Amino acid sequence: MADAILEVFRGNQEAGGAKQYTVPIAPGMVVLDALHYIQGHLEPDLAVRWNCKAGKCGSCSAEVNGRPRLTCKTRMDALPTDKPITVYPMKSFPVIKDLVTDVSWNYRVNKKIPPFTPKPNTEWKMYQEDVDRVQEFRKCIECFLCQDVCHVVRDHHMKEEFGGPRFFVRVASLEMHPLDNVSRTKLLKNELGIGYCNITKCCTEVCPEEIKITDNAIIPLKERVVDEFYDPILKLVRKIRGTAKAE
Amino acid sequence: MTNETKYETHEHDVLIIGAGGAGLRAAIEAMAAGARVAVVSKSLLGKAHTVMAEGGIAAAMANVDKADSWSTHFRDTMRGGKLMNNWRMAQLHAQEAPDRVRELEQWGALFDRTSDGDILQRAFGGHTFKRLCHVGDRTGLEMIRTLQDRGVQLGVDVFMECTIIRLLTDGNRVVGAFGYWREQGRFVVLKAKSVVMATGGIGKAWRVTSNSWEYTGDGMALAYDAGAELLDMEFVQFHPTGMVWPPGVQGILVTEAVRGEGGMLRNKNGERFMEKYDPQRMELSTRDVVARSIYTEVREGRGSEHGGAYLDISHKPADYVKQKLPSMYHQFKELADVDITKGPMEVGPTCHYMMGGIRVEAETAASSLPGLFAAGEAAAGLHGANRLGGNSLSDLLVFGRRAGIGAAAFANKTSAPSIDPAQITEAERDMVAPFDRGEGENPYSVHRDLQEVMQNLVGIFRVAEDMDKAMVELEKLKQRAAKVRVEGSRLFNPGWHLSNDLKSMLTVSEAVTRSAVARKESRGAHSRIDFPKLDEQTWGKQHNVITRDGDRMKLQQVPVDAVPDKLLELLAEEK
Repeated sequence: MADAILEVFRGNQEAGGAKQYTVPIAPGMVVLDALHYIQGHLEPDLAVRWNCKAGKCGSCSAEVNGRPRLTCKTRMDALPTDKPITVYPMKSFPVIKDLVTDVSWNYRVNKKIPPFTPKPNTEWKMYQEDVDRVQEFRKCIECFLCQDVCHVVRDHHMKEEFGGPRFFVRVASLEMHPLDNVSRTKLLKNELGIGYCNITKCCTEVCPEEIKITDNAIIPLKERVVDEFYDPILKLVRKIRGTAKAE
Repeated sequence: MTNETKYETHEHDVLIIGAGGAGLRAAIEAMAAGARVAVVSKSLLGKAHTVMAEGGIAAAMANVDKADSWSTHFRDTMRGGKLMNNWRMAQLHAQEAPDRVRELEQWGALFDRTSDGDILQRAFGGHTFKRLCHVGDRTGLEMIRTLQDRGVQLGVDVFMECTIIRLLTDGNRVVGAFGYWREQGRFVVLKAKSVVMATGGIGKAWRVTSNSWEYTGDGMALAYDAGAELLDMEFVQFHPTGMVWPPGVQGILVTEAVRGEGGMLRNKNGERFMEKYDPQRMELSTRDVVARSIYTEVREGRGSEHGGAYLDISHKPADYVKQKLPSMYHQFKELADVDITKGPMEVGPTCHYMMGGIRVEAETAASSLPGLFAAGEAAAGLHGANRLGGNSLSDLLVFGRRAGIGAAAFANKTSAPSIDPAQITEAERDMVAPFDRGEGENPYSVHRDLQEVMQNLVGIFRVAEDMDKAMVELEKLKQRAAKVRVEGSRLFNPGWHLSNDLKSMLTVSEAVTRSAVARKESRGAHSRIDFPKLDEQTWGKQHNVITRDGDRMKLQQVPVDAVPDKLLELLAEEK
């Protein structure tokens, strides 16, 4: 059986560095299997988050050969073997230990978003064509790879001013829910800072669920913000017609 | 210094251990009742095993098949469970599941729709009618996200990546728990007037399993240690369809929805072998039957290339398959290089679900210990000897809610608990001991050997000789587990965590094996080669109950509650 060399970050926010491990390769093996091999046979204290090992829970995010990925879905045989495979923690979040990062910021952002709020006396009828686009957003497994790769977070560290792609997807799932009756455009503009996104689509590229984050969530939300805050005529029309959502 | 000041301490009315569907549903209900609630989770919020549920939530909404009703759902559940079910739980479950699903929709869940704009329902094994409310094949994700958002909105305290290592008791009353934060390895005392155990199952004691690392039977072992009763521990469900190839993905679940949507099982000769085992229900027979059928085909030399069966959905239009089974499509494409719209999958049985668990009262989810409640997979009773697909998610909702009500009511009528510092000192000493050993084994090697023992000796088909051997092996493993050594620091240390999980896995493994040895018949998921028939005279009338007697495990039998006449009529009624 052939071997692979893994170069894995060991350490925490203050100190640490890469360490190399030799791991035997089995057919169909994924990077998470290799990390488990290290835990089970070489260094049992290697810290790595994982749960389902089937691409459904979004726990095992890391940067493999510099690319943000789910390690449970990254096949070893898809990676070049002539040099070590590097596995580093997500760069945008503080390292707790080894590959485990502090993602609590995401949970704090989430709390800012007003929940699904149906109209009073809602009749619970919805048609598939009306829920299709929202179901796309609800595929999100909260792996936070989109948050990790986004320049606004990764390079500009604007965690206080900005919500990040994951939470634009979440807001989109609420705003476009056929029976929701609350407006979150002010939140998008102010607290979540959607204006900082300059549509580079990096988030869409890394999404393991293949959600078209930029095209289907962020751009339509940006349009809503523009309509709401920068188009006085539309705003007036909505007011007269009484079609404005509650805030 | 007293323990109360030495340790970080939190105090709540209701403490919920486990943040999957049952735990979150319990939290929502306990909060609604005015209780101060904390949820403790081994992982991050939203990553619990519920997220992996695929096929759907069983509820007799009659949106697709108008003839469906709670009574048919009740009958299907009881028959699927080979009448080992707690009849009252089966009744409440069937009656309340539709309201629990509607509630999810009102909290923002978006199910697939019928052409009339209602929640769409699909066929599943053992269900007479199309009954499973679903979202493609990611129903569990929809459910946990909805419950999580609801809980957060209500302001529940969530303690993430916190592991409970002991229940604290005052006399026999449960008054909280002692645990540690994985991040810093620091201990924490959680005082509560009542505790809900919602910790899920035990699959990690087997080698081939669909379960995540969290499924180590903690809740059952903690409850057992504190003195609670464990019921029907022999009933372990092997899901018929897990992935079998490549090796790294062995055991990963292939949803029953593949068969619900029309998938066919064939052996290497191309025969639809379910014709032999259950000609009426074929691929949609109950899980115990389909798992045994695949296993038998393989054992008799008619298995697929890598020792499973072929499951084929490629006769359906490719777009339909991708829409109804999107995660299966991606799972096989990315992990096994198989395009399921063009060719068959290879599948075989995988350890999936625990029907047995903490014995509870149907109405309140109360265990035999005052102050301790249990719901979901950690609890026993609803599913009897075999669970129907889709009945797990509805179980979480129905009995999670009831546990929340029960625990809040108990908390409301009891005084603030007092904590016994000696219990904490003992738990801390046991927990840190593996660091102090100069030499000792790596906990991972003990875990691997445990998985081999359970896989090979207490699997789908059981025989006294194997299980006696398993009991001897488990005893040796216990000795080894007591001497493991942990390296590194206390900070986020998986080896250290496993050294404690091993104790829970060994407790539940012993309980499973003892109960399985005792039940000298084959019923539901429990198949004895040496006792291949149902024994209605003796075992049809009794449950196995496990309790702790000092350091020994005690096994006794208790009678099955008689089903009231009115419900008996429902069971007898033909379709």
